[in-house]
Amino acid sequence: MEIAYVRSEPAEALPPPTSSSGPIGWLRENLFSGIRNTILTLLALYLLWLTIPPMIQFLFIDAVWSGSDRQDCLGADVGACWAFVEARFPQYIYGRYPIDERWRVDIFFFLLAAGLIPMAIPRVPYKTLNAIFLLVIFPVVSLILLTGGDFEIGVSWWLALVFTLVLAEIIVLLPALLGAVPFAERKRPATVTLVPFAALALIFVIMGLDFGLREVETSLWGGLLVTLVLALCGIAASLPLGILLALGRRSKMPIVRMFSVIFIEFWRGVPLITILFMSSVMLPLFLPDDVSFDKLLRAIIGVAMFASAYMAEVVRGGLQAMPKGQYEGADALGLSHWQKMRLIILPQALKHVIPGIVNTFIGLFKDTSLVLIIGLFDLLGMVKLSLVDPKWATPVTPATGYIFAAFVFWVFCFGMSRYSMFIERRLDRTHR
Amino acid sequence: MAVQDHDAGSAPAARSRGSFIYDPKVRGTFFQALVLVAVLFFVYEAATNVIANLQRQHIASGFGFLQQTAGFEISQTLISYSATSTYGRAFFVGLLNTLLVAFVGIVLATILGFVVGVMRLSKNWLIRQLATAYVEIMRNLPLLLQLFFWYFAVLKQLPGPRQSIELGFGAALNIRGLYIPAPVLGPGSGIVIGAFVVAVLVSIAIARWSKKRQMLTGRRFPVPSVVLALIIGLPVLAFFVSGGPITLERPELKGFNLQGGVQVIPELVALVLGLAIYTGAFIAEIVRAGIQSVSKGQSEASHALGLTTGMTLWLVVIPQAMRVIIPPLTSQFLNLTKNSSLAVAIGYPDLVSVFAGTVLNQTGQAVEVISMTMLVYLVISLLTSAFMNWFNAHVALVER
Repeated sequence: MEIAYVRSEPAEALPPPTSSSGPIGWLRENLFSGIRNTILTLLALYLLWLTIPPMIQFLFIDAVWSGSDRQDCLGADVGACWAFVEARFPQYIYGRYPIDERWRVDIFFFLLAAGLIPMAIPRVPYKTLNAIFLLVIFPVVSLILLTGGDFEIGVSWWLALVFTLVLAEIIVLLPALLGAVPFAERKRPATVTLVPFAALALIFVIMGLDFGLREVETSLWGGLLVTLVLALCGIAASLPLGILLALGRRSKMPIVRMFSVIFIEFWRGVPLITILFMSSVMLPLFLPDDVSFDKLLRAIIGVAMFASAYMAEVVRGGLQAMPKGQYEGADALGLSHWQKMRLIILPQALKHVIPGIVNTFIGLFKDTSLVLIIGLFDLLGMVKLSLVDPKWATPVTPATGYIFAAFVFWVFCFGMSRYSMFIERRLDRTHR
Repeated sequence: MAVQDHDAGSAPAARSRGSFIYDPKVRGTFFQALVLVAVLFFVYEAATNVIANLQRQHIASGFGFLQQTAGFEISQTLISYSATSTYGRAFFVGLLNTLLVAFVGIVLATILGFVVGVMRLSKNWLIRQLATAYVEIMRNLPLLLQLFFWYFAVLKQLPGPRQSIELGFGAALNIRGLYIPAPVLGPGSGIVIGAFVVAVLVSIAIARWSKKRQMLTGRRFPVPSVVLALIIGLPVLAFFVSGGPITLERPELKGFNLQGGVQVIPELVALVLGLAIYTGAFIAEIVRAGIQSVSKGQSEASHALGLTTGMTLWLVVIPQAMRVIIPPLTSQFLNLTKNSSLAVAIGYPDLVSVFAGTVLNQTGQAVEVISMTMLVYLVISLLTSAFMNWFNAHVALVER
């Protein structure tokens, strides 16, 4: 018998049917998997058809890209008036900062980027030096650059510094003074305590120096500069303050706990606007006759207090999520309360709540726009101010200006939220 | 803060050196006394400064100003108010306007948030992406900017009353606001309202009875459809039987303006729109997280017991998701209420705008006015947290 055909190797597999793989399969699976799904897809497509083409038409195709005044942006179907944004762009960035002094703001922006970008990229080394630059050198340099420096550091400031130093040293040396331990044992803590005071004294001296820079009052600041200054000061103040408040609320000392709770609940319970109103009309009443605060500084204080109360609640969430064993383990190692918090509890607790912390930062960044209500001109305030200019008043300028401001705010906030997701993934220590 | 190496109650081993300064109790007391003295000092300083400043600037103090004539008009009043009313009356007008905007905003934001939250979990890729785009765009834009956009760039650019945009059902939109038809209660409309009340009462009774019966016999009664039929059907029936006593008054163009119906001022439209769209994005995320928090095993087990998809959703998934959703949802409601104070930026006469704005400018009594305004918001938020604590205790999982 002759064998007609013997298969000597397995037949080659057929390609999967096009209806369940490749782009068509994906479409079937994700968009047209049933009657209901198909109807939903068609509805969504219709919605997109209604919104996207007119938006592109308005933003790009019909938009006016160059022009000198409102005549160029008038007409029946004129789109976004980008020429207006172009003409106003310097004010959106610098506000009314004097034109020949704007290089100082540019240096501020540059230093900020130079400090933040390497800090944000995990692979870049020298993180400690970077942090010192961002937290100590950058603020001092920026303050002198932006305001012009040459502050009058009065005798009372030096007296306050010396008084605080003496008080701190007495407290540090108290065990030795009372004879509980030999002086030699408290020598190192006493020296360490000197360091921040020496740094502060140095900063005082530098602040008092005249660098020949023209003084620029904060009332001339505006635009993105004010937005960034408010947000940075708010962030820098609210995180440590929030951590302290959260620890206070978790403390076993009743008076400390009570004050923390009152502080947190008060600031969280009222709208930011009323706080800004309070800082602009009520705070001057609380201060002695001869003390007056800068308007911008008052707004910064209000925003920082508000954000720190929210921050405190976020951090408290992290502290409560820590298992009790971590506290007990730290106690068993003989760590003091602050060592326990600094080395064991806070690093873990803060890592847990990074999304919450960044959300608070984003909220703070968005909330900086409210200062326009008390007469400070941040980015949104400058945009709003520029809209009343009759030279550019057309039906499309408001939309154009707000869309521009929206784009800038969105880039910052979206960037922050994406960066927090990246860091969260990096710090994730769960073993999968 | 170099001192407080211990707080009270930590590390009982502290007495090792034998000195009282290592006693956590002593340290705790010392530190608390320090805090107390510092706080009292600040309060004392602030109080004496306020008194001195007020005297120097000849500003009256006390709440007597609430009885004085306000002398300004308010563009939207829910209770009768005129320029001859008192500041106290203006306070209540502002408060009611705030509550109105908060209530409407909360209802719309909740509906929007739940729809978008469910959309984000849809199996349909396009729907999911649409919902994500909405959430990511709206969450990352300042609310004030959105309000300005709606008010100055959209509503203030609308045509005048003669070219009103018809929205259907007799509603119209123009630069003066949104006009909606108003129901006019004719004679005999009491029958329709009465029918509605009866329908609601009967529905409650049916719901109770059906639950009792299900507990006893295990048989279910189609409550939702019966209740729906009752609540819609009975008033409609009464409407036709009594000869259609309720009519709709549509806004119509007369002269230079629309007459009739209810006019919603553009400030209110912009504020509600902005608040609902902004808060809706946050609520959508909360709803999504809530539904995702119910583990898949729950719905699988429910299917295994033979429950239909709808019943699984209503009886198993949603009750458990609500436990996660409601606490953050309440805080979003609170945020919306507090954010409604941004009304001052677009001129809607809410509490902050009327009271902390106009009244403060006229009287100059900053301390009293700002404190009263803050107190209102504080009371609202403390009441909400009290409710939250009650709710959390109520729905907390009972673990053995």
